[in-house]
Amino acid sequence: MELTDLTLHEMIRQLREGEITSVALTEASLARIDATDKNLNAFITICRDEAIEAARAADARLAQGDAPMLTGVPVALKDIFITEGIRTTCASKILASFIPPYDGTAVRKLKELGAVIVGKLNMDEFAMGSSNENSAHGPVRNPWNVDRVPGGSSGGSAACVAARQVPASLGTDTGGSIRQPASHCGVVGLKPTYGRVSRYGVVAFASSLDQVGPLARNVRDCGIMLQAVAGYDPADSTSVDTPVPDYLAGLEGGVKGMKIGLPQEYFVSGLDPEVKHAVDQVVEVYRSMGAEVVEVSLPHTRYAVSCYYLIATAEASSNLARYDGVRFGERVDPGKGLKDMYTATRSQGFGDEVKRRIMLGTYALSSGYYDAYYLKAQKVRTLIRNDFLAAFEEVDCILTPVAPTPAFALGDKTADPLQMYLSDIFTLSANLAGICGMSLPCGRAEDGLPIGFQLLGKPFAEADLLRTGYAYEQTQEWHTARPVI
Amino acid sequence: MSDTLRDKYEVVIGLEVHVQLTTQTKIFCGCSTEYGSSPNSHTCPVCLGLPGALPVLNRQVVENAIKAGLATNCNIAPRSIFARKNYFYPDLPKGYQISQFELPICEHGYLDIETEGRGKQRIGITRIHMEEDAGKLLHSDEAGVGSLVDLNRACTPLLEVVSEPDMRSSDEAIAYLKQLHQIVRYLDICNGNLEEGSFRCDANVSVRPYGQKEFGTRAELKNINSFRFIKEGIEYEVERQIELIEDGDKVVQETRLFDSDSGTTRSMRGKEEAHDYRYFPDPDLVPLVIKDDWITQVRGTMPELPQEKMQRFISDFELPGSVAEVLTAERNFAEYFEACTRLHKDARTCANWVMGDIQRMLNESGIDIEQIPVTPQMLCGILERIADNTISGKIGKQVFDLMWESSKSADAIIEERGLKQVTDTGAIEAMVDEVIAANPAQAQEFREGKDKLQGFFVGQVMKASRGKANPAMVNELLCKKLRS
Repeated sequence: MELTDLTLHEMIRQLREGEITSVALTEASLARIDATDKNLNAFITICRDEAIEAARAADARLAQGDAPMLTGVPVALKDIFITEGIRTTCASKILASFIPPYDGTAVRKLKELGAVIVGKLNMDEFAMGSSNENSAHGPVRNPWNVDRVPGGSSGGSAACVAARQVPASLGTDTGGSIRQPASHCGVVGLKPTYGRVSRYGVVAFASSLDQVGPLARNVRDCGIMLQAVAGYDPADSTSVDTPVPDYLAGLEGGVKGMKIGLPQEYFVSGLDPEVKHAVDQVVEVYRSMGAEVVEVSLPHTRYAVSCYYLIATAEASSNLARYDGVRFGERVDPGKGLKDMYTATRSQGFGDEVKRRIMLGTYALSSGYYDAYYLKAQKVRTLIRNDFLAAFEEVDCILTPVAPTPAFALGDKTADPLQMYLSDIFTLSANLAGICGMSLPCGRAEDGLPIGFQLLGKPFAEADLLRTGYAYEQTQEWHTARPVI
Repeated sequence: MSDTLRDKYEVVIGLEVHVQLTTQTKIFCGCSTEYGSSPNSHTCPVCLGLPGALPVLNRQVVENAIKAGLATNCNIAPRSIFARKNYFYPDLPKGYQISQFELPICEHGYLDIETEGRGKQRIGITRIHMEEDAGKLLHSDEAGVGSLVDLNRACTPLLEVVSEPDMRSSDEAIAYLKQLHQIVRYLDICNGNLEEGSFRCDANVSVRPYGQKEFGTRAELKNINSFRFIKEGIEYEVERQIELIEDGDKVVQETRLFDSDSGTTRSMRGKEEAHDYRYFPDPDLVPLVIKDDWITQVRGTMPELPQEKMQRFISDFELPGSVAEVLTAERNFAEYFEACTRLHKDARTCANWVMGDIQRMLNESGIDIEQIPVTPQMLCGILERIADNTISGKIGKQVFDLMWESSKSADAIIEERGLKQVTDTGAIEAMVDEVIAANPAQAQEFREGKDKLQGFFVGQVMKASRGKANPAMVNELLCKKLRS
C-alpha cells in the first residue's frame, strides 16, 4: 500500500501518531500527480514549492502537539477558489495569468487548519459545463477510462480524488457540479445547503445557486472537509448564521426507523437501466437496514432544467461583466478604442459555452423579456423549493440517481448543448431549492464505469445526509475500489 | 424671447439629485471614503470588483437613507431590494452598479416650497434609493498613457432622490433643491458641496402649451454644479425647446450637457443609444428588512429640521419670518443663535448680533461658524454688559472686535481697556457743563428752539467721555441744563 492510498482520516490519524510526516505525504501526492496527470489533466497549477514549505511547517506544528484538524494533509482546490499569490484561472483564457491578492474564506479556513494545498484543479470554464470539456486547459479525463469524461464542472476535483492524487478536494456546485463528477468518478461529493459555506473568494458563476463543497473517497472524509469550511461569514451576506454541528458525532447513528423518499418524477424514461438497477439496489440495502422507503412527489421537477438555465445564465451574464480587460486578466486591444477592446478581449478570452450562457442570460434579463423569462423562472423556483419542503414533511431525506447515465465519451455531447444540459436533470433542483445533497458510489456499469446515487436533505441537515450515506457505505465496497491509470 | 411667446408655454421640471453620503467607509466594503487621497489608495477586492469578492451593506448608509426619507415625508419600506444596473464602462469595476430599482428604501414623499410665482407648492418625491458611486477616469495628454482609472470613489455611498415632475419654473426647481440641500446638511449626511460633486443634480425639463394634458418630450440636463448654473441651464433649455416647437420642429428625448462657459446645453447621446440596464435583484445581497423600532431609533437621533426650526423661532422668539429664515439657513448658525438665547433673554438682540456682527465677521474672515473664536457665552457677555448699562451698544461693537482678535471675555476687555460706561451723575454733569460752556452760541440757538442741536451736544459729551458716558443720562442731563 502506498501513502496516497490512505484516506483523509487515516492520514490525519497517522500524522498525529507520528507514523508518517506531512513532507512524506505531500511528496507522495506530488509524485502521484506527476505520474498520472499527463493522462488525467486534473491540475491546472501545481504548487510544488508552496506545498513542500507548508508540509514542513505542518510537521513542525505536529511535533509541538497543538496542530489543528487538517495539519499536514495534502488537498487540492478547484481553480475557482481565489488563492493569494497563486494563479487562479477558472480554466479560462481571460484569467490565464491572474494572480489574486487575497485568499477566499474557505481557503483561509483550510490554511488555518493546517491543510497543505498542492494545487489548483481543472474544471469547466467558469464552472459552466457537465463534462469538463469546456476548459481552456483541455479536458480532464475519467480515471476509470480516459476516453470518458469525468463529469463537470468540478471534473478535476473528482478525478484527483478518484486517482488518489490527493485524499480530498474542494469543488463548487451550481447545478450538480460536485455531485455529478463525484458520481462519474466513483467518489463521494457533498453540496451543502445554500448559505452553509461562505462564497467569499469563490469566482461567481450564478450567485444564488453556487455553493462550495467537498469531494473525498468516503463519507467520513467528506464530513471532515465540510466541518473545516462550514460556517457563517460576515463577508458573505448570503451565508447563514446558524450553528455548525459536529458532523462526525452522529455519523454512526444508522438509519433504522428513518423515512426515505423516492421521487416518482426521477424514475422515468431516459434513465439508463444500469443506473436504475444500481439505485434500486441501494433502496433494498436501506430497507434491509430498517429504513422505510416511500414514494414522494416533486411535481414541478419537469420545469427545473428550463428554470435553472434562465436563472443561472442571467446571473452569470452579470457576474462575468467584470472580465473586461480593464483592471486584471487578459486584455486584447486592437487599438481602435474602448468598445473594440471590450469586444476583442471578451471574444477571445471566453470559450464558446461561456459566451453562449452570457448571451442567453443577457437575453433573459433584457427589457421586454425580463417578466417572461427571469421573473417567471424565479416564481417556478419558489414552487420547486416548496415541492421539496412539502416532501420533507413526509420523509427525512430523498434518494435519487445522480446522472441519467454513467460517464459518457469525450466529444459525445459537445455538439449538442441541450443534451449536455439534461445531464444535470437530477441534480440542479437541489440548487434551485437551496437544499443539501450528496452523491455516493453505488455500483459499476458493465464497462466498469462508476455509478452513483444521490441523497437530498432538508436545509442545514448535512449531518443527516452524512449519517444516512455512512450507513450505506459501511455495507459496501464501491468506495474502496481503485482505478488503474 | 418675447414674454408673450414664453407665456404660451408651461414649463415642467423633475429633478434627480445624487447625494453623496459622508459615512466613514464605503457602502459595500470597509475602505475609507476620504476625498483627495492618492489614486487607488482606498481600494480592496470588493470595490475593485475582483473575482470572488462580495458586497456587505454598510449599516450607516441605511440609517442615513432612513433619515433622508423621514425628513422628506417618505414611507420607509419594511423590505427593500438591491438591484444590479448592468453596463460597461471603465470606471465601473464590476460591469454593474449596485443600486435599487423595484422596491427602493423610501417612496411617496414631498417637500413644501414657496416662490413668488405660484406661492406655496407641494413637490412630490417619487423615491429615494441607495447606490454605489463609480470611480473616476483620468485622461492623460501624455503619449502612450491613455486613460487611467482611479477607484477611490468607486463604491462610495449615494442617495438618489427623484422628484415628481411637479415644478413649473426654474425658481421652483431652485427652491426645491435648496430645501433638499438644507435638509441633508441639517441631517449631517452630506457635505453639500456642489462643486466637488457631493450634491449633483440632473434636471428633466420639458415644455407644453398651457392647457395641454400630456407632458412634452423631455431633455435631461447633466453636469450642472451650482444652483446658478442649474437655473441658467433650465432657462436655456426652456427657450430652446419653445423655439424648436414654434419653428415646427420636435424636441428629441435625450441627455444634454450644460456648458457653464456659454450658458448653453448640447446633446450628449440620443435615445437610440439608450441603455438597457437589465436590472435584476442582486443575488449577493439579501433583502433589506427594516423594522419599526429601527426607524424609531433613527428618528430619535435626528435633529430638528429647518422648516420646524424656523416655525419655532417665529413663535418662540417672536421673530419675523424673514429673520427666522436667515437664522435657520444653516443648522450650526441656528444652533449658535439658539445657544445665545439661552444665555441672554432678549432674543431679538441676539438675532441682530448673530445676523449682523457675527455674520459680517464670518464673511470677512472666511471661516465657518464651527471655527468661530467668539462663543455664544462670550458674545452674550457683551450683550449682558450692554443690558446692564456697563457699556453702551456702540462700545459693545468695539468690545466685539477686540474679542474676535483676542478671544478674551467681555469683562476682561472692558476692564483692560477702561471701557466701563460712566454713570456717575456728577461726572457726566461736569462734562455737560463744560460742553455747554464751550459752545455758548449753539446753546443759545437751542434755547431759541433749534431742537436739532440736541444731537450735536450729545455727540460732544460722548466725545469728551471717549464714548463711555451713558447716552441716556447724557440726554437727560443735557435737556435739563439747556432748558434751565
